[in-house]
Amino acid sequence: MALPPLDSPQWQSPWRAFAWGLRSITQTILTVVLFVTYLGIGALAHDTHFSLIWALCSTLFVWAGPAQIILITTLGSGATIVQSAIAVTVSAIRLFPMVVSVLPLMRTPKTKRRELIFAAHLTAVTLWVECHRFLPQVPRERRIAFVHGLGCGLVSVCLTANTVGYFLAANLTQTLGAAILLLTPLSFLFSTARNSREVADVVALTLGILLYPLAAKMNSGLDILVSGTVAGTIAYGVHWWREVRA
Amino acid sequence: MSLAQAIGDWHALAVLFVAGVVPNQIWRMLGLWFGGGIDEGSELLVWVRAVATAILAGVIAQIVVEPPGALASVPDILRYGAVGAGLVVFLLTRRSIFAGVVTGEVFMLAGKWWLG
Repeated sequence: MALPPLDSPQWQSPWRAFAWGLRSITQTILTVVLFVTYLGIGALAHDTHFSLIWALCSTLFVWAGPAQIILITTLGSGATIVQSAIAVTVSAIRLFPMVVSVLPLMRTPKTKRRELIFAAHLTAVTLWVECHRFLPQVPRERRIAFVHGLGCGLVSVCLTANTVGYFLAANLTQTLGAAILLLTPLSFLFSTARNSREVADVVALTLGILLYPLAAKMNSGLDILVSGTVAGTIAYGVHWWREVRA
Repeated sequence: MSLAQAIGDWHALAVLFVAGVVPNQIWRMLGLWFGGGIDEGSELLVWVRAVATAILAGVIAQIVVEPPGALASVPDILRYGAVGAGLVVFLLTRRSIFAGVVTGEVFMLAGKWWLG
């Protein structure tokens, strides 16, 4: 499927632009990655005793995979609400630069801020990547409608995956249930590693994994925050040191 | 599954809102309101990104080291082996997420079958 040329009459209706956005989810491997990831999140929610509606609401209203597994894992292992909220807040800061960089792609001089609220809500790493790929092929005045379509398509895929994963975890044999749960760490590890372009990202990922078991031994209840802050700060130090030397 | 089961308890949904929805939407709406004047490459954002990545890495480690539910039935060696095997193939295939995930899964399932 190729998008119509920029001057095609097909772009005259915002609804058509929405439909083109919706259909674009079939044009990317990231849709498959998302499906697998949210299959795992559904299964994880089931095995940590959250309800199906809870899992679906987290996908609809949080709409950020990393934040969702941090929330499920910390709450599921007995962290307090405040501890979970801090860990989620820190993980969500990355949405800020994403929104800042993606909204100007959709804005026209006449665009009002409230017209961008839903697009801001839909912004997460997959949409951010796909906007940079697709939007140059979409006329500027139809981009918001296109992004709404693309985002709604991706959310629907993830809600479906959550439901399937939840019921699979409830009904499969123990081994297959374990296989579904293993999807979450594998898909997050490799998709984060793939997005790591700078040395600091690689150091943060590697040290974050290696330091967690050490931090967990301290049994402070803040394990994730301790290992994350230490590993992230060391990674930043490496970045800073390379900048100074360069 | 009954409707009551599907909804679960309201307390958990309230926690989802406080600890999950609000912390995420705050950053998105700040991006929407103050988007113009922020330097994406600023040193503070570099540090924040690094800490956020390391927190996610910690959660990935937690799921493998202290597995929830059915995953706890898989022996340690198989869980670590699955991640290791997946990582090797991921790197060998020039960072194919798909190849890495499939390898990890096959390793774990084959190991389970072999151990009986």
